[in-house]
Amino acid sequence: MSAQSHTAESRGLAHHFEDFNQQLDASTFGMWLFLITEILFFGGLFAGYALYRSHMPEGFQTASSHLNIFLGGFNTVVLIASSLTMAMAVRSCQLGDNPKTRNFLIATLFLGLVFLGVKVIEYGEKIEHHLVPGPNFDTSIPFAQGQQMFYNFYFAMTGMHALHMIIGSGLLIYFIVRAHQGRYHSNYFGPVEIMGLYWHFVDIVWIFLFPLLYLLGLHLGGH
Amino acid sequence: MSATLTTPPVSTQPPAEHRPTYLNITKTIGSWLLTLDHKRICLLYLLSIALFFSIGGFAAMLVRLELLTPAGDFLTADGYNKAFTLHGIMMVFFFLIPSIPATMGNFLVPIMVGAKDVAFPRLNLMSWYVFMFGSVLAITSVLLGGVDTGWTFYTPYSSTYSNSAVTFAALGAFVAGFSSILTGLNFMVTIHKMRAPGLTWFRLPLFMWAIYSTSVIQILGTPVVAITLVMVALERTLQFGFFDPKLGGDPILFQHLFWFYSHPAVYIMILPALGVISEVISAMSRRKVYGYTFVAMSSVAIAIISFIVWGHHMFTSGQSVYAGMVFSFLTFLVAIPSAIKVFNWLGTMYQGSISFATPMIYALGFLGLFAVGGLTGLFLAAMGTDLHMHDTYFVVAHFHYIMVGGAVMGFYAGLHYWWPKITGRAYPEFLGQVAGTLMFFGFNFTFFPQFLVGYLGMPRRYHAYPAEMQVFNILSSVGASILAIAYILPAIYLAWSFFYGKRVGDNPWEAKGLEWEIPSPPPTENFLKPVVVTEEPYTYTKEAH
Repeated sequence: MSAQSHTAESRGLAHHFEDFNQQLDASTFGMWLFLITEILFFGGLFAGYALYRSHMPEGFQTASSHLNIFLGGFNTVVLIASSLTMAMAVRSCQLGDNPKTRNFLIATLFLGLVFLGVKVIEYGEKIEHHLVPGPNFDTSIPFAQGQQMFYNFYFAMTGMHALHMIIGSGLLIYFIVRAHQGRYHSNYFGPVEIMGLYWHFVDIVWIFLFPLLYLLGLHLGGH
Repeated sequence: MSATLTTPPVSTQPPAEHRPTYLNITKTIGSWLLTLDHKRICLLYLLSIALFFSIGGFAAMLVRLELLTPAGDFLTADGYNKAFTLHGIMMVFFFLIPSIPATMGNFLVPIMVGAKDVAFPRLNLMSWYVFMFGSVLAITSVLLGGVDTGWTFYTPYSSTYSNSAVTFAALGAFVAGFSSILTGLNFMVTIHKMRAPGLTWFRLPLFMWAIYSTSVIQILGTPVVAITLVMVALERTLQFGFFDPKLGGDPILFQHLFWFYSHPAVYIMILPALGVISEVISAMSRRKVYGYTFVAMSSVAIAIISFIVWGHHMFTSGQSVYAGMVFSFLTFLVAIPSAIKVFNWLGTMYQGSISFATPMIYALGFLGLFAVGGLTGLFLAAMGTDLHMHDTYFVVAHFHYIMVGGAVMGFYAGLHYWWPKITGRAYPEFLGQVAGTLMFFGFNFTFFPQFLVGYLGMPRRYHAYPAEMQVFNILSSVGASILAIAYILPAIYLAWSFFYGKRVGDNPWEAKGLEWEIPSPPPTENFLKPVVVTEEPYTYTKEAH
C-alpha cells in the first residue's frame, strides 16, 4: 500500500483495488446498478401515469395540449447537445487531456443550467394560470379532474427530473474543479466516465417524458 | 467436536492485545465515526440497530400490555394505533431490513470474497449516515406525537385523513431505503468484481449467495417504495391527489406500488438469515452442505419469485379474481425453493457430528419456526382460506414466525457464530444456550396462541376484543415477557464479552471458510498475505454418497 500510493502512475487508485482496471470495472458496474434503481424509481411514476391516463384520457390530452411544445422541444435539443458535450468530456478525459475535459464539462454544465432556466419559465406560466394541483387549482376548466391528475404527474415527473439535473450540475462543478487541478490521466478517468453515464441517463428520462407529457395532446392543437 | 469454543492448539499469531487489529489500531471516537473499514461500520450498525430494536420492542410491550384485558383500558384507541405503528416502522425499516446485511454482511462480504474492503468504502460509511438520518426523521415523528397509520401507510388514510406526523415517518422510511439500496449495490459490486483469484461463483459460501440475492431485491424493489412514499408526502404537503378518490385518485394503486416493494422486502429480511443458517448448520454438523448448488440457486429463485407475488396482499382489496388466482398460484411457488433449503439442511445434518453449541441451538430453533411460518403462509396464499383469515391474528402470527422466528433467530445464530471472529473473544456458552432455548419457547408461547385466536376471528390492530378471546391473549403476553428476557440476556452477556470475554484463537469452531483463516479480530487489511482459493467451500467431509 505505502509503496504504491504516491507514485505518479497510481495516483487515483484506491488501496483496496488491485489495479485501475478492477477499479474502473467496479465503479462502472456500480453506476449501472444505480441507474437500474433510478429506472425503478421513475418507474413508479410511469406506472401511475399509465393507469390514470387510461382512466382519464380526455383530461390528460387537454392538459397536455396546453404545455408549451416549443419550450419543451427547445429543452430536448439542449439536453441532447449536453449529452454530446458530456461524451466529448469523457473522451478527452480518457486521453488524459485535463484542460479539454474541463472545458467540455463547463459546456455541459452551461447547457444543463439553460435547461433548468427554461423549466423555471414553464413552471412560472403554470403557477400564473392556476394549473398547479392543490387548493389553488382552477377547477372551472374542462375535464378539471383529469387535468389536475395530469399536472400531478407533470410536476412530480419533471420535478424529480429537475432534481436529478440539479444534483448532476453540482457533481459537474466538482469534476470541473478536479479536471482544472489536472487530477486525471489516461489510467484514471473513471469518475468522469461514470458521471457521463449518470448524465446520459438523466437525458434519456427526459426523452421519455417529453412525448408522454408534451406531445400527448398535439392533435388538439397546442401552442 | 466439543460443545464449546475450543482454545487454539498452537497460535501462530501474537496475542490480539499485542498486534494491530481493526479494533485497537486507533482509539478516538472520530476514528470510529469517520472509519472506512467495513468491520468497524458493522459495529456502528450493530449498535444502532440494537437501539432501534429496543424502541420497537418497547412499543411491542405496550401493545401486549393493552391486550392483556379485553377492554381497551391501558391505552386509548389512538395511543394503541401509535404503539403498533411505532413497533412496525422501527422493526421493519430500522431493524429487520438492515439487520443481517448491514452487520454480518458488512463484516463478512469482503472477507468471504477475499478482498480488503467492499468496493466502495466511502459509500458504505455514507450508507450508515443516511440510515441514521432516516432514523432521526422517524424518531422526530414520534416526538411530534406519533403516527397511527400502521407501518404500511395505506392511503387514503395516510394521505388525507390521518392527523399524525405521517410525513416525517414516511420520509424516514424513504431515507433509510436509500441506505438499503446503497448497501445492496455495494455488496453486489463487491461480489462481482472483488473476488480473489480462484474464487469462482460456485466456490462462494452460501451466505454470499444469500446476500447477493438480497442485494438484487434491495436494488430492484426499494426505489419503487421510495417514489411511492414521495407521492404520499406530496399528497400530504402539496395536496397532489395521487391516491385521493375525491380527486380521481386510486388508493389501490398505492397498495400495488407499496407491496411491489414490501413483499420482496420480506425476503430482504429472511434471505440473509437463510444464508446464516447454511453456514451454521454446516459448521456445527461438520458436514459439507448437502446439495450446494440447489441451496444457492434456491436463494436466487426466491429473489426472482418474490417480485411476482405482491398481489396476495390484496385478495380482499377488490382486485380481479383472476389476478388473485394467478398471484395465489405464484405465491405457492415460493414454497418450493424454501422447502429445498429446509430439506437440504436436514440432509446436511444427517450422519453429521452435531454440536449443540449456541449458534446451533438458534439454528435448530430457526428450522422449526421457519417451517411453521412457511407452511401457514400456504394457508394465506389460498384465496378461499385467506378471505376468512385476512387481517386477523393468524396473519400476525404467520409473519412473526418468519420475521422473528426466522429472521431474528437467524440473526442471533449468526451473531453468536461469528462473535469470536468479530471481537476475538468468547461469549459465555452456557448463558448462550439458555438464551437460545428460552427464545424458542418464549416465541412459541407468544405467537402460537395468535394462530388460534386469529382463526377464531380476532382482527389485528384493535385495542379491545371480546372477552372469550382473553385466554389466548394472556398466554401471548406472558410469552412475550419470556421472549423479552431472551432478547435482553444476550445483549448483556455480549456487551460484557466484548470487553471482558476470554480471548479465543483464529478458528474456535474449527470451521472452514476464508473468515476462519485470518486472525480474530482481523487486522484492518483483513488478510496478511494474498488470497488464492483452490478448493470448494465446506470441505468438512465428502458429500453424502
